[in-house]
Amino acid sequence: MSAPNSDFDPVEVTALRADEVERVRDEAIAAIAAADSLAALKQARIDHVGDRSPLALANREIGALPPQARKDAGRRVGQAKGAVTQALAARTAELEALEEQRRLVEETVDVTLPTDADLVGARHPITTIQEHVADIFVAMGWEIAEGPEVEAEWLNFDALNLGPDHPARTMQDTFWVTPERAALVLRTHTSPVQARTMLTRTPPIYIACPGRVFRTDEPDATHAPVFHQVEGLAIDEGLSMAHLKGTLDHLAAAIYGPGITTRFRPSYFPFTEPSAEVDLLCYVCQGAPDAVADCGTCRGEGWIEWGGCGVVNPRVLVACGVDPERYSGFAFGMGLDRTITSRYDIADLRDLWDGDVRFTAPFGVGL
Amino acid sequence: MKVPVSWLREVAGLPADVTTEALAARLTEFDLKLEEIIGSGITGPLVVGQVLELVGEPQKNGKTINWCRLDVGSHNEPSVPDAPGEDRPSRGIVCGAHNFGVGDLVVVSLPGTHLPALGFEIGSRTTYGHVSDGMICSTRELGLPDDETSVDGILVLAADSAQPGDDAIALLALDEEVLDLEVNPDRAYALSLRGVGRDTALAYGLPFTDPADLPDETDGPAYPVRVEDPQACPVFTARVVTGIDPTRPSPGWMVRRLEQAGMRSISLAVDVSNYVMLELGQPTHAYDRAKLTGDIVVRRATDGERLVTLDDADRVLDPADLLICDDSGPIGLAGVMGGASTEIDADTIDVVIEAAHFDPPTIFRSGRRHRLTSEAGKRNERGVDPALPAGASRRVAELLAELGGGVIEPGLTVVGEFAPRRPVTIPASLPSRVTGVDIAPETVVAALEGNGCSVETDGFTITATAPGWRFDLADPYDLVEEALRVVGYDQVPSVLPTASGGRGLTRSQQLQRRVGHVLAGLGLTEVKTFPFAGPADLDRLGIEPDDERRRQVLLENPLSTEEPGLTTTLLVGMLRALSLNIGRGHEDVAISEIGRVFRPRPDAPDAPIYGVERRPSAEELAALDAALPAQPFTVAWALTGDRRRRSWDAPGRPATWADAIAVGRRVADALHVHLEVQQAELAPFHPGRCAAFVLDGRVIGHAGELHPNVCTAHTVPERSVAGEIDLDALIAAAPAIGPRPDFSVFPVAKEDLALVVDRTVPAEQVRARLVDADPLVESVRLFDVYEGDQVPAGKRSLAFSLRLRAADRTLEDADIKAARQAAVAAVEPLGAALR
Repeated sequence: MSAPNSDFDPVEVTALRADEVERVRDEAIAAIAAADSLAALKQARIDHVGDRSPLALANREIGALPPQARKDAGRRVGQAKGAVTQALAARTAELEALEEQRRLVEETVDVTLPTDADLVGARHPITTIQEHVADIFVAMGWEIAEGPEVEAEWLNFDALNLGPDHPARTMQDTFWVTPERAALVLRTHTSPVQARTMLTRTPPIYIACPGRVFRTDEPDATHAPVFHQVEGLAIDEGLSMAHLKGTLDHLAAAIYGPGITTRFRPSYFPFTEPSAEVDLLCYVCQGAPDAVADCGTCRGEGWIEWGGCGVVNPRVLVACGVDPERYSGFAFGMGLDRTITSRYDIADLRDLWDGDVRFTAPFGVGL
Repeated sequence: MKVPVSWLREVAGLPADVTTEALAARLTEFDLKLEEIIGSGITGPLVVGQVLELVGEPQKNGKTINWCRLDVGSHNEPSVPDAPGEDRPSRGIVCGAHNFGVGDLVVVSLPGTHLPALGFEIGSRTTYGHVSDGMICSTRELGLPDDETSVDGILVLAADSAQPGDDAIALLALDEEVLDLEVNPDRAYALSLRGVGRDTALAYGLPFTDPADLPDETDGPAYPVRVEDPQACPVFTARVVTGIDPTRPSPGWMVRRLEQAGMRSISLAVDVSNYVMLELGQPTHAYDRAKLTGDIVVRRATDGERLVTLDDADRVLDPADLLICDDSGPIGLAGVMGGASTEIDADTIDVVIEAAHFDPPTIFRSGRRHRLTSEAGKRNERGVDPALPAGASRRVAELLAELGGGVIEPGLTVVGEFAPRRPVTIPASLPSRVTGVDIAPETVVAALEGNGCSVETDGFTITATAPGWRFDLADPYDLVEEALRVVGYDQVPSVLPTASGGRGLTRSQQLQRRVGHVLAGLGLTEVKTFPFAGPADLDRLGIEPDDERRRQVLLENPLSTEEPGLTTTLLVGMLRALSLNIGRGHEDVAISEIGRVFRPRPDAPDAPIYGVERRPSAEELAALDAALPAQPFTVAWALTGDRRRRSWDAPGRPATWADAIAVGRRVADALHVHLEVQQAELAPFHPGRCAAFVLDGRVIGHAGELHPNVCTAHTVPERSVAGEIDLDALIAAAPAIGPRPDFSVFPVAKEDLALVVDRTVPAEQVRARLVDADPLVESVRLFDVYEGDQVPAGKRSLAFSLRLRAADRTLEDADIKAARQAAVAAVEPLGAALR
């Protein structure tokens, strides 16, 4: 810093001349603008705003001016410094943005690299379809009932009007638990759950029972000793076969889509009377005359066998403690494994049971 | 039931314009479900030919063959120079039969024709020095009945009845079809043409003439019969036919119908019996009268008695078996199969015809006991019309007289009589109420009458008495079904009922679903396995003989002797599936299953069998449940290979025992259940790498690395890991609502502690003490375990990261220091010291 100017009283100092201050200011602004990197800008800041910069030096000369001139010169230098500082800040922001941009460009990755290191889980389609069907019933206000798989013979057969010598008992190839006198079976259908519900609850009853059932079939492409069913039971005042049809039509549309309805064919089941087989309108060709002949799903029938159903036999109601004079009801049941195999064109039923992860994986966590 | 269509048309009087397809569809609507329409199997070119020339050529073997030139119309070859006579468009065929001549119309099977009676396709072949370009057919070869003109010979068509070249299949109705119908157990009557015919007539509104209504003149008994068990044999009839010519063959039409119905022709007497069974539904049996000694007696077997049945099986009889006997002992297993000792043979001239009604369960049990199925047994065990024996016996006798030249002896022995069925009364509105279809009372009455019921009605109620052949019309709803069958099941409208408002899924159902989602989220693929297992499976898992998992629920009739019972652990299935995946070339496999395991209850009582006339009492229901084995749901998992696969950003990380334990912890966490993990030793796990999951002091599962022997036994890589938890126990322990969120918004202080402690001290014990050491401890996480030169032998360093925080203020240095000291002090009793 130079000493106060006491020897003379100049009216004019070169560095503080208006044109000189403007020149220095413009020079600084030009240098700042020319800086093409933060490093270059730093140098420009040192050169043009630093302690030894022309503006700083000019500022120091202000004291040398006569008091009447100082104010003017101070304002001039201050304005110039302000302009330079502003330019510097602007350029700094500009260059920082550019540098950031450059850095981000350099950080570019190949986003097509795989992200498959973690094993992906999946749920078995039978589980998912069971839950889906259960949800449809719950949405109708029904409840989901369950029961044991090793079941008392009485509940699996007798209570359902399948007496000891009923010919229908031979239609169902039953696994018997040792010893035979224990009178226990692996349930051949989920119907004992219906019996249990009627035995323990009072109507109105609206339940669905999805579950695993057993028959003595050697496993092959089209048979399995274990398979899955869903059965439904409704007991209330004034229920008829029309309500059964309505429920099945609703279920068919909910599972297979709007427009898929059902039809009844007469049949026989000991626990229902009248009984019917229920067919599903083929969800592929929908029975359309021009498509049905070539349809592989229904084999040209237009309809697919879906399950069995009927009006609950009053004998079953009596055995289960429901007053048949006051209440009536209907029941139905269908296999779920076929729902999966036919919809997904799975030729070999054993695929459901082998545990090959490639079978389950495509189903993910939902159908 | 295989029903020849022509026979059915005859019995039902069905108009010719009803096609087979339409008939089958209508019967299916009538609860006689079509399985398939079976064609005759005859395929052409089978055409009418006219004999143009015929030259007899004697052969060295003494035979004379006929070398013929035939006109087969549009099937002619332009030229057959070798054939006899003037060459012209025709075919040349060699024929061995002689009952035809020039100008006759015959049936010619040209090359390519298939005749099931021959079993091979007709071709052009060289025989007796000529190229025979097909075959002139006999009636038998065409599967047609013989008639007077064509026994054992060529079928000669009436002159001018056809043109050469006409399709003989259409001309002779050789394409006759057979309906294979599925007969439900309640419609045993439909195991006969009589029954199917009656339903067909009803379905088409035709009058029906019952073929069993035969005039019968009986004059006293025909053969002495004693029935010792009238409950098992309510009706028994016997009739005698004498003087049958045993050389007479069964007529072709009968043989054809039997074959169409799936039965073989054996001899006239046997064929007649079978034919009448098909026609009327009544099994009958003919005994060679010459071989009978003394009275026919119907009784139960005595212990140790034996019978050689017609299938040549020597059977040891059960005291519950119902027998037909004579003085020599058993001569038939009643209603199921006759005995060899009184069998009809080539010398039989006089027969005794049995036609009886048996108690269906008795016959059913006999058949099951002897694993014997027969056409007769099939009908008797389902129930035959008890009013039918006399008529059926008459029909058999008449056919034997007509076809076998026999004489029907006067007299019919009848023991017992048919008790009429109990009438059933229903409100006239019941069918409408049950079906939802408006069915007029007149319609109901007509439907029941069409089924053979006698019906009375006062307009408000309808009372029906079922005919003998309807065992199933015993309850009001049974009558409803008959009414609906006539109205049509397609008339039922569709009305969605309004349920009473459910409570949604149960808590347990929700939680089981949640576990399924958590497992999938952990990268596990759900599998389903059969729940069957056996000692070899448990051996492979290294399960000790005294382990409770050795006690299985066993099956009387398992599919495989290798798997005689139900599984006690899902790990059997897990390891099978793991092994299958490895075998199919997968390296990194993570699977899970939710399913039941089965544990017998010691001293469980047998399950009672109650009646069905009333609801069992609460105690009786409890007794049913007490007989059941425990069958809880468990969740199991198994992993092998990499938990995280080798990738461009990191090397692979193998699944370890820790991953197996983590799965169990995550499942429990998802249910807000705290499981304590303890060191354990249990098959199938590595003895040093097995964790027990403990819930309130009770072990409910295990996880860890599989024992190397277990891996070897299942051909899966060593260090594969697995786990299983009792899911029912876990779900039962799940709180109704989870924990409330509880956290402070004041600043955290982080402190790391490295503690040197004996390596036998479980890390979890140290961690638990740190958590409880001071109220300021928010969380404790172990982030490093070190064993080596830096710590004394037998010890290890456990490095924990503590987060400290107060609920109400920012911590001062003094607070942090005090909490740290409290933490160190808390683990001192475990022998832990700051490193």
